[in-house]
Amino acid sequence: MAQRHATIIPRLLAENEQALLRDWVASQKKSGALGSGQISEAELADNSHRLLSALRGGAATEQFEDVEAPVWDQSRTVLEEVSRSRATLGLTPAETATFVFSLKEPLFALLRQEIGKDPDRLAEEIWRATLLLDKLGLYTVEAFQKNREDIIRRQQQELLELSTPVVRLWEGVLALPLIGTLDSARTQIVMESLLEEIVTSEAEIAIIDITGVPTVDTLVAQHLIKTVAAARLMGADCIISGIRPQIAQTIVHLGLELGVVSKATMADAFALALRQLGKAVVDRGPARQEV
Amino acid sequence: MAKRGRLVVEKGETIAVLSSDDVVRVRQAVRARAIEAGFGIVDQTKLVTAASEIARNTVDYGGGGTLLIEIVREGARRGVQLTFSDNGPGIADLKTAMTDGYTTGGGLGLGLSGAKRLSNEFSIESAPGKGTTVTLARWKL
Amino acid sequence: MAEIPVLKIGDSLLVSIQVDMHDRLAMELQDDLTNRIVAERARGVMIDISALEIVDSFIGRMLNNIAAMSRVLDAVTVVVGMRPAVAITLVELGLSLTGVQTALNVDKGLALIRKAIGGQEGALGRREG
Repeated sequence: MAQRHATIIPRLLAENEQALLRDWVASQKKSGALGSGQISEAELADNSHRLLSALRGGAATEQFEDVEAPVWDQSRTVLEEVSRSRATLGLTPAETATFVFSLKEPLFALLRQEIGKDPDRLAEEIWRATLLLDKLGLYTVEAFQKNREDIIRRQQQELLELSTPVVRLWEGVLALPLIGTLDSARTQIVMESLLEEIVTSEAEIAIIDITGVPTVDTLVAQHLIKTVAAARLMGADCIISGIRPQIAQTIVHLGLELGVVSKATMADAFALALRQLGKAVVDRGPARQEV
Repeated sequence: MAKRGRLVVEKGETIAVLSSDDVVRVRQAVRARAIEAGFGIVDQTKLVTAASEIARNTVDYGGGGTLLIEIVREGARRGVQLTFSDNGPGIADLKTAMTDGYTTGGGLGLGLSGAKRLSNEFSIESAPGKGTTVTLARWKL
Repeated sequence: MAEIPVLKIGDSLLVSIQVDMHDRLAMELQDDLTNRIVAERARGVMIDISALEIVDSFIGRMLNNIAAMSRVLDAVTVVVGMRPAVAITLVELGLSLTGVQTALNVDKGLALIRKAIGGQEGALGRREG
C-alpha cells in the first residue's frame, strides 16, 4: 500500500463538531433512527454528541482496526447505553445500528470537502472511517442482541419464580404445588425456594404436590428425589401428593423409587402431616342438621 | 483481555496449592471470583466445593501444584474457569478414578466425580509420570 | 486439647464447627469426641455446621466417621444448621451422610436426640440421613 498519511479525522471532528452533529442528526432522522417517535430529538442529539467526543479521542490514536482496544472503550460504552435504551424501547436492531452508520454520509462529505483534490488520500481516509464505523455498527447490533437476551432471561427467571410458590399450610407444614414440567433449571429454583422457606418457618414437613406436573419420567423422578434429599438435610420430611393413577402406573413400570410417602391428594397428605406432628382435628360440638 | 478460541479471559490469578492451608486460600479466592462474576449463592457454593475437592486432591495425591482462576466470557455468558495442575505421579486408570466412589469411602474417585457433577464443564488430563491437569468451569446463565 | 470446643448439654455433646477444617484438626476432633462420649456417657452428639459455607467430601467423610464411632458407642449423631446452598450442593455432589440425622437447629436437634434415645433399649428404627 502507498505511504500512510496521518489521519485527519480527529481534526475534522474537532473543528466541525457543530455542523457534523447537525448533519448527522438530520441523516439519522431521515433513515429512521427515531423509530416511530419513541426517541426524542434531544436524546438523539445528546447520544450523538457523546459518541462524537468519544470517537475523536479514539481516532487520535490511529488504531482503526481493533474496536475492542482500550482506546475505544468510551465509544463502546456510549454504544452499549444507546443499545440498551433502544432494546428496552422495542426498536429493531437495524434502527439501532442506523445510529452509527448514518454518520458516514456527513463524515464522507466533510472528507471530500477537505481532501477531495487528493484521491489517494481521500480513499485512505474513507477506508479508515468505513472500517471503524462498520465495526462499531456491528458492535452496536451485538450489544443490542445481548440486551434483548438479558431481558428475556430476566423475564424467564421471574416466570420461574412466580410459578413456584411455597405455602405455609399450618405451623410446621409447607406445601409446594408444582405446575408445569420439572426440568433441572426449575428444580434449582424449587429447591432454593423450598429450603429458604423451611428455614424461615422452621417447617418439619413439606408436601410436594405434583398434580400440575404433566409427566413423571426417570428424570423428573430424579429431580423430585433430589429435592426431597435436600429438604431432609434441612431437617424436613417430604410427602409427595397429587399422584394420578396413570403416574402411579408409570412409576411402577419404570421401576422408580421415590423414597418417600406419596398420596393421591394434598388433603390426604395434609392429614398425614398433622398426624405426624401429633396434631388432630376435632369436632367442637353438635353438628348442624343440614348436610 | 485475552482471547482463546471463543473464550475471552477477563481476569486471571494464580495460586500455589501446596498445603492444607492453601486449600482454605483456594476456597476464599474462588469464592471471591465467583461473586465478581455475578454468581448467586448456590452457584458460588457449587463452584467452591468443586474447587475444594480438586485442591485437596492436588495436595494429597499430586504432591502440590498450582491453580489458575479465570473469569471468562463466551458470547453472552460469563463464568469462572479453574485449572489445577501438578507434576505428581499422575493417574494410571482415569476411568476408575472418575467412577463414583462415595460408598467405598476414600480415594480419588470421590473428589473427581463429585467435582465433575458440580461443574458445567470438566476435563482432566493425566498419565503416570506426567502429572495431572484438571480444568473445570461454571457459567452464570 | 482440640481447638474446637465440645460442650455438654444434658446427656448430649454439642460441637460447633466454626473454622475451616484441615486434616489435623479433623482428626483431633474425631479423637476428642470419641473420648468425650465415653467419659461423659453421652447418648447424643450434635454437630452444628451453621458456620460452614461449604461441605466437601472431606468434611462429609469426617461427619460419617463421627456418626459411625458414635453408633458403636450407642450414641446418636445429629447434624444441625446446614445452610440451604450447602444442602443443595451436597445433593448435587452425591455425598450421602450415612448414619447422620439432620435437624434445622440446635433446639430441634436436641428434640430429635431425646426422641431417638427415649425409645426402648435396643430400638434401632431410625431414619437414615
